[in-house]
Formats: sequence, structure tokens, C-alpha cells
Amino acid sequence: MNARLVLDGVTCVRGGRTLFEGLSFVLDEGGAALVTGPNGAGKSSLIRVAAGLLQPVAGVVTVEGERALLTEAAALDPELPVAKALGFWSGLDGRRDAAEAALDAVGLSHLAPVPVRLLSTGQRRRVGIARVVASGAPVWLLDEPANGLDHAATAMLGHLISEHRLNGGIVVVATHLPIHIPGAHGVVIGEAA
Amino acid sequence: MSGFASLVWRELRRAWAAGGLTLPVAFFLLVAILFPFAIGPEPKLLARIGGGVIWAAALLAALLPVERLVGPDLENGVLDQLAVRGFGDASVAAAKIVGHWLGFAPSLLLAVTVASGLLGLSLEQALAAGLSLLIGTPGLAALGVATAALTAGLRGAGAVAGLVMLPFAVPLLIFGAGAMGGDASALKLLGAVSLLLVAGCPFVAGAAMRMGRG
Repeated sequence: MNARLVLDGVTCVRGGRTLFEGLSFVLDEGGAALVTGPNGAGKSSLIRVAAGLLQPVAGVVTVEGERALLTEAAALDPELPVAKALGFWSGLDGRRDAAEAALDAVGLSHLAPVPVRLLSTGQRRRVGIARVVASGAPVWLLDEPANGLDHAATAMLGHLISEHRLNGGIVVVATHLPIHIPGAHGVVIGEAA
Repeated sequence: MSGFASLVWRELRRAWAAGGLTLPVAFFLLVAILFPFAIGPEPKLLARIGGGVIWAAALLAALLPVERLVGPDLENGVLDQLAVRGFGDASVAAAKIVGHWLGFAPSLLLAVTVASGLLGLSLEQALAAGLSLLIGTPGLAALGVATAALTAGLRGAGAVAGLVMLPFAVPLLIFGAGAMGGDASALKLLGAVSLLLVAGCPFVAGAAMRMGRG
């Protein structure tokens, strides 16, 4: 996988408040960054800046390779069965066949025919993870990926992340939960003043 | 299926799932039924105001689903996921316009036949009504999506959407109802207004969605 993520002097201001200033890091193939900080510090904003959804006030974000995003919002049509809701996105990514394997990888293949609206918070999050896996994108941007996950599912997430990195992928994880990502570059923002 | 076609198909599927096929039509027919009750069954009078009634009813029917066109996608993160995949906001909006039109216009055109009967329109007038709606409804759909994008995330978005959309729909209403009187130049102006809305609204809606995301 050809992947690279560079944040160079990125400053993010939201609602007149400076969340972080002059943030820089470089991730190459297989690299990972673990973004931590208190509530409201700007972890999610950092993920959105890296995803290109939010323009930084200063600094440059350079990305090589496709990006896959996991946020709090499920972005799954509630009335559709899980397999179809996921299939819509993998179809857009031109990888319709990857959906089934990805659903299997997050241990939810038995829920494929169940409507999304009946899923629990954790299951919905796992389908979101499956969408990231199915996308085949080398750059994963995960905002609180372990929220609502049980122990087994958190372990599965860790396993998926290491596998992705072994294949040369990049992962940025923003979390307030203790997720162990070996060799991850630690980014601490908004330290309590 | 290409990305654009998948987006259009998704809009259409959501419209059907939300009763988009039947609700606007039922609403449209209800308005057409109420008018003769309100103003009396005199055929001459009904035939004279029939065109205006059909256009006003079509306008309101197009406004019905505005609240679910963009708001839920903004809230649910669908717009974020599309943006990360490199879809331009304007093309997402264009797909929504096509999907919205396909969702309500064809069934509305069928309902015009029934409404024409209720209002006692002649065959000629009914055909003119169908033609003017065929030309004007893409403009209504474009306006609906732009309004939906502008009001997405607001509380009481539906009511605000009505206030935003209806003034802009006045030219469509004037030329649409005028075209039904058999005025060829009104038909051309209707086409021009509709085309302008279809060409401009994706960019307005796209900009509104981009700001909603930021």
C-alpha cells in the first residue's frame, strides 16, 4: 500500500476557541497515531481535519492514498438490512464483494439480514468498522472506534488495526479509552490548563 | 452502477420507503378535491381556476418531503462519508435533485389526469397541465433540494423550508399556470425558469451542505 499522512503545523479553531496549534506529525506505511486528550479537546476535530472535512486555520494536511473514516455517526440507512446498508458504501468504493468478508471480520455476518435500526450501539459501531475494512483505503481515520464495544470486540478492533498496519496501512485513532496500539505515535492535545 | 447512479437510486429508494410515491399524490388529489367543495361545482369557474389549483397543489406536494431530503443525511454522517470518498457537494446535490424528481413527479403526472377530471378540465387543458408540470417539476425538485440543504439541521426545518421555498417558486407558479392557458411564451418562460433552477440549485445546495458539515 502506498500511504502517507503528513500534518504540518496544523491549527484548528472552532467557535472562536483554539483547539490545537501548530500540530505536526508524519505517518508512513504501517504507522499509527493515538490521539488522546480530555473531552472537548479537539480529538474529533483533528480526525475531521485529517479527513479533509474541516479546513485548518493554518497548516497543511497532505495525504497519499484513499481515506476511510469512522465517526460517531453511523451513516447507515436505518430501514435497510445490514448487508445492503454496508453494500451501498462498498459499492460506491467499487468493492461490493468486500462487504461480506468485512462483516465477517467484525463478527456480524449473522446479522446481515437484520435492519440497521434494530442494531445496538456497539453493533452499529462494528458495522462502521466493517465499512472501513471493506473500503480497502490505506489511511484509516477512526474517531472513538472503541465506544460501545465490548471486550471481545475491542480486541477484534486491535487485531484489525495491527493487520492493516502489517499490510502497510496507516491508522489514526482518537480515543479516550485505553486502546493499546503498539508503537503508535502519541498525540496529546488540549492538556488540562 | 456508477457512483452518481447509486446516489440517485438511494434517494429514490428512500423516497419510496418514506411513502414518497403515494403521499404527495394523495396530498395533491386532496387539494384538488377540496377546491370544488370550497368554491362550488360551477363548471366554468372550476375550469378557469383549475390550472392555478393544479399548480398550487403540485407546489405543496413537492414541499412535503423536503424535511427528509438533506437533514437526516447531514445528521447521520452520510454527507461526511460521501465527502471523504471524493464526491463533490454539488454532484451529491444534483443526485438528490434527480432522485427527488423521480420520486414525486411521475406519480404526480399520473394524478393530474384524475385531478383534471375532478376540476372539470377539458382534454386540451388536461394535456396542457401535464406538459407544464413535466417542464416545471424539475425546477420544483431543484428548489426543494436547495431549500432542504439550506434548512438542514434547523429546528422546525419543515416550516422554515416552506417560508424559504415558496417565494422562489412564484415564477414557476406564474408561468406554469399561464402555460396552461395555452400561452406558448409562458411555456418557454416556464422552461427557462425551470432550467435556471436545475442548473443553479445544485451549487447552492452543495455550498449549504459544505457549510453544514464544517
